[in-house]
Amino acid sequence: MDKVLETPLTADDINGLKIGDVVYLKGIICTSRDMAHLTIKDKLEKSEALPVDFHGAAVFHAGPVVTKNDAGWELRVIGPTSSIRMEPYAEMVGKLGVKAIIGKGGMRESSLRAFQKYGQVYLQAAPGCAALLADGIEAIQEVHWFDLGMPEALWVLKAKKFGPLVVAMDSRGNSMYEDIRTKAVKMIDTLYRSA
Amino acid sequence: MGNAMRELDVSKIARAVRHMCISANCNVPAGSIAALERALETEESSVGKEVLARILENHRIAREECLAACQDTGVALVFVELGQDVKLVGGELYDAINKGVREGYADGYLRKSVVTDPVFERVNTGDNTPAFIYVDIVPGRDVKITVAAKGGGAENMSGLRMLTPAAGVEGVKQFVIEQVAKAGPNPCPPIVVGVGIGGTFDRVALLAKKALLRPVGSHNSHPMYSKLEAELLEEINKLGIGPQGFGGRTTALGVNIEFAPCHIASLPVAVNLNCHVGPHESVTL
Repeated sequence: MDKVLETPLTADDINGLKIGDVVYLKGIICTSRDMAHLTIKDKLEKSEALPVDFHGAAVFHAGPVVTKNDAGWELRVIGPTSSIRMEPYAEMVGKLGVKAIIGKGGMRESSLRAFQKYGQVYLQAAPGCAALLADGIEAIQEVHWFDLGMPEALWVLKAKKFGPLVVAMDSRGNSMYEDIRTKAVKMIDTLYRSA
Repeated sequence: MGNAMRELDVSKIARAVRHMCISANCNVPAGSIAALERALETEESSVGKEVLARILENHRIAREECLAACQDTGVALVFVELGQDVKLVGGELYDAINKGVREGYADGYLRKSVVTDPVFERVNTGDNTPAFIYVDIVPGRDVKITVAAKGGGAENMSGLRMLTPAAGVEGVKQFVIEQVAKAGPNPCPPIVVGVGIGGTFDRVALLAKKALLRPVGSHNSHPMYSKLEAELLEEINKLGIGPQGFGGRTTALGVNIEFAPCHIASLPVAVNLNCHVGPHESVTL
């Protein structure tokens, strides 16, 4: 049976996950990419309030395509963006109480440290599968910072069963990406020994 | 008619560009689909197989429902091969192309992903213009237009190195493979690897980009470069990055090389990557 986690996520939810596990998310998912992270940082520095409560939150590195009709916002397609660009915010995001980061391509050392310190996981959503992924979102609850542009705004999404998501970095310092990177580097050494 | 110029109204170019912006983003190129289907059969990793099946399902839904296969519908690159016997009428070429991009991205519900300036304002232009336009003058009376939508994830993983002749073919191969390994999961594997070799600093990057416009599964007409494409593909697929970067043998669907003459002292190499969606489409008017 599929493993479905519901937001807000708890420490128990996160501790029960290890790399390679496949999960789905139900509940609230907030998108944030480059500009939203920068905006959060600015607001924190100025001690200004944030529009959403990030405790137990799932943050999705994504810039969706959304249309507006009489009934409100409608999601057309959504998919992950490269998470590595958000690496400089690892500590900030951990401190906010975010429990799960959804994206693609993984993150590096600062994130792995934050994941252990704050009890977080990294979930990879299938990249380049935006038509398929949109099926898991049932509604758009609200949007903040729309002036940053549609992709960069902070969208609050309501998920019925969003996924599948692969636990690619866990809260114990494990990363599927590091394992695969190490193997790839070794292979280059084998192919080009003289280098 | 003899040698008289053929007149072509630029509104036809605008319409073609609009259509291709939508169509290219919803219809993943046939060569890529065929390569993904082959990869599904040869992939040994079970996760990899699952990922490939999901990608193929996504691309089918996108095609059938005319949805963008990926939310990042990129910046619009427009390549024009303009026959020298064609006289463009009815307006300016670049305006017509930008009109086509503006309308295509609006009518196709494609994401607008262009900002005004790269450092200070970073304000979204709101209509995905300006398009990045390249015009070549060619013999004849036709106008060939290619639209390529280039997403940010794969583009950010590109690289260029000015090697010197002593590096030779081994140096070229090593740079390409290292670039792909360094990119790892970020360009959304399985990827298509565009390689430019030769030319100058600026020209080699364009060659790498143009290499990506060739169908996956096609080969360079020069036998040595065609062989190099095959060797690189084999070695890249030994890296073990795999579909989605979760391991497996399908890291790349294809390697396309374009080359050009270069200075006696130079051996420029550029690597430009496409994700497995890699939207592009051409039409001849």
